[in-house]
Amino acid sequence: MLDKSAQAYWAANVRLLSMCLVIWFIVSFGFGILLVEPLNAIHLGGYKLGFWFAQQGSIYVFIGLIFFYAWRMGQIDRQFDVHE
Amino acid sequence: MSELQVWTYIVVGLSFALYFGIAFWARAGSTSEFYVAGGGIGPIQNGMATAADWMSAASFISMAGLLAFGGYDNSAYLMGWTGGYVLMAMLLAPYLRKFGKFTVPEFIGDRYYSQTARIVGVICLIIISVTYVIGQMRGVGVTFSRFLEVSVDTGLYVGMGIVFVYAVLGGMKGITYTQIAQYVVLILAYTVPAVFISFNLTGNPIPQLGLGAQMADGVYLLDKLDQVVTDLGFKAYTVQQGSTINLFMLTMTLMIGTAGLPHVIIRFFTVPKVSDARLSAGWALIFIAGLYTTAPAVGAMARLNLMNTVQTGAVGSPDGNLAFDQRPEWMKTWEKTKLLEMADKNGDGKIQYYNDGGLSDATAALAKAQKDGGDVAAAQKKLDEVKAKHDEKWGKFGWNGNEVTKVDRDIMVLANPEIAKLPNWVIALVAAGAIAAALSTAAGLLLAISSAISHDLIKSVINPNISEKSELLASRIAMAFAIVIAGWMGLNPPGFAAEVVALAFGLAAASIFPVLMMGIFSKRMNTQGAVAGMLAGILVTVVYIFWFKGWFFVKGTEMAASKPENWLFGISPEAFGTIGALVNFAVAFIVSRITPPPPEHIQHLVEDVRIPRGAGAATGH
Repeated sequence: MLDKSAQAYWAANVRLLSMCLVIWFIVSFGFGILLVEPLNAIHLGGYKLGFWFAQQGSIYVFIGLIFFYAWRMGQIDRQFDVHE
Repeated sequence: MSELQVWTYIVVGLSFALYFGIAFWARAGSTSEFYVAGGGIGPIQNGMATAADWMSAASFISMAGLLAFGGYDNSAYLMGWTGGYVLMAMLLAPYLRKFGKFTVPEFIGDRYYSQTARIVGVICLIIISVTYVIGQMRGVGVTFSRFLEVSVDTGLYVGMGIVFVYAVLGGMKGITYTQIAQYVVLILAYTVPAVFISFNLTGNPIPQLGLGAQMADGVYLLDKLDQVVTDLGFKAYTVQQGSTINLFMLTMTLMIGTAGLPHVIIRFFTVPKVSDARLSAGWALIFIAGLYTTAPAVGAMARLNLMNTVQTGAVGSPDGNLAFDQRPEWMKTWEKTKLLEMADKNGDGKIQYYNDGGLSDATAALAKAQKDGGDVAAAQKKLDEVKAKHDEKWGKFGWNGNEVTKVDRDIMVLANPEIAKLPNWVIALVAAGAIAAALSTAAGLLLAISSAISHDLIKSVINPNISEKSELLASRIAMAFAIVIAGWMGLNPPGFAAEVVALAFGLAAASIFPVLMMGIFSKRMNTQGAVAGMLAGILVTVVYIFWFKGWFFVKGTEMAASKPENWLFGISPEAFGTIGALVNFAVAFIVSRITPPPPEHIQHLVEDVRIPRGAGAATGH
């Protein structure tokens, strides 16, 4: 495999995971901790929104993120022909 | 024997028959099967086993209790212990699977081309795993003692025997299939009572929705809970009271600690392909989320039921409180364990449970000063001040201090079905689940310890020519030793279980996680940087914790009281692992830049682990 293509593959991976980790940070540390007070003014049924993110929402987003990453990496693996 | 005890013996006995049947059926044959089940485990099965491995007594017994009394402030445990899987799936698992070795120190030793790095890695791993397993052994002991109605020590011996039999005889393959069974038992035990309670309170059987739903009178459950607790002087459940920086740091520490825990990482060596390692982390988190999204409902509903059990009517009305002699059976049972204590301070024959603003503490401090010959005048003055404030608010009701003097947080999940008056078979199921949670994690940790000693120390450092048979024997002996040491320390734990578990996470965050991540993401990182980073990270964290908790947890050797005003930047010892990790990264970066870069073949190795193609089964050298 060409060195250049390996570099491009790795760059694509790092781009994708950086994007995922930004979302990871926003939903937990952002919505669940730093912005919890303003978000608590909004209600989701009986949940205050900031409280919901801290105790429910962030966990659902984490699951979505991992499966999205796994699916997208599968595509990138095939695109660069490094899949198993 | 009571009906509940009969049910407990039946349910716990059946679950054990299941685990042992599986362990026997899947006995390990070769060394590679003992460690990683021959690489033949798919992502869904592996995810389920990882979930059982991961969810320990801390998740099952402790977490909902922490939420019940801390409310929003303890959200760090929920986000921290799940968010770590995102880091694991993206930063570590796929590359370590591609690397294709058995253990974490093996990766460290090969990537940093150094036996020294490997040995430092082994030492960090053993410190982390042993501290963690001590807490688990204690959890096993407490659960057995409560439900078999024996002493904590006897409960611990029973637990040690059981862990020994299936961890030592089964190895990883036995553990993997056993852990799938344990996950099923554990999740049923956690969710069945939650479904009953959620339905009883809100009419919605799904706890995650019930927590955000209205109760029969049309008031939202969380609003009601905030109301009930603030009426009695406690802080509102859904509102933050602790500091933001500490919440932030604790969440971060638990997240990177999760990703750096060796017994969890080792799980991802067992899947057939690199792409399966990514998926496996996702499946693990789905199975974990089953418990973690239910826990907030369990905590909030247990708190509400507890408050309503004691405060039966309007606050301050003469008939508003539960009479002592009419208290339910579960209170009497737990009082025997001394984890729940009550005292009729104002002699009205009723129980008042409220926040007395430190009156009980001040009274106890005065009594202690009188007994030990301390500063009685100062203690008396403090008491008078607190008492005046207290009486202004509560004196008109004739209240004289909180009468539920102790509610151990760890009893909430076990007592929850009893508080909600659920049938005996549900209570027995919770016992089986708690035992499954504690045992499965203890077994996984013991496997990580034994493979570190037999594989990373004996085979690669002390005697490279050891036969496969002798290596297997050595790993079993190491495991038996680890059980005895952990059990012995579990008899005399170095502090509360939660402190011990937090230490394990902080240490994993400060030592293992940075060195693994840099090994994959930085081609320039070399031996010198990695070793210096690991040592600096773990030392800083250990010293900070011992500074506030006592050297080696010996009481009285603390350098300062563990209070927010003494903490560095207001960060508690439990939350300090993030700082340890930053120190690790910084030291490793600086040292690696002033020492020679790693040899060419190591740079090729790093390029190779970044690419999925060509991942064979794990190999042993």
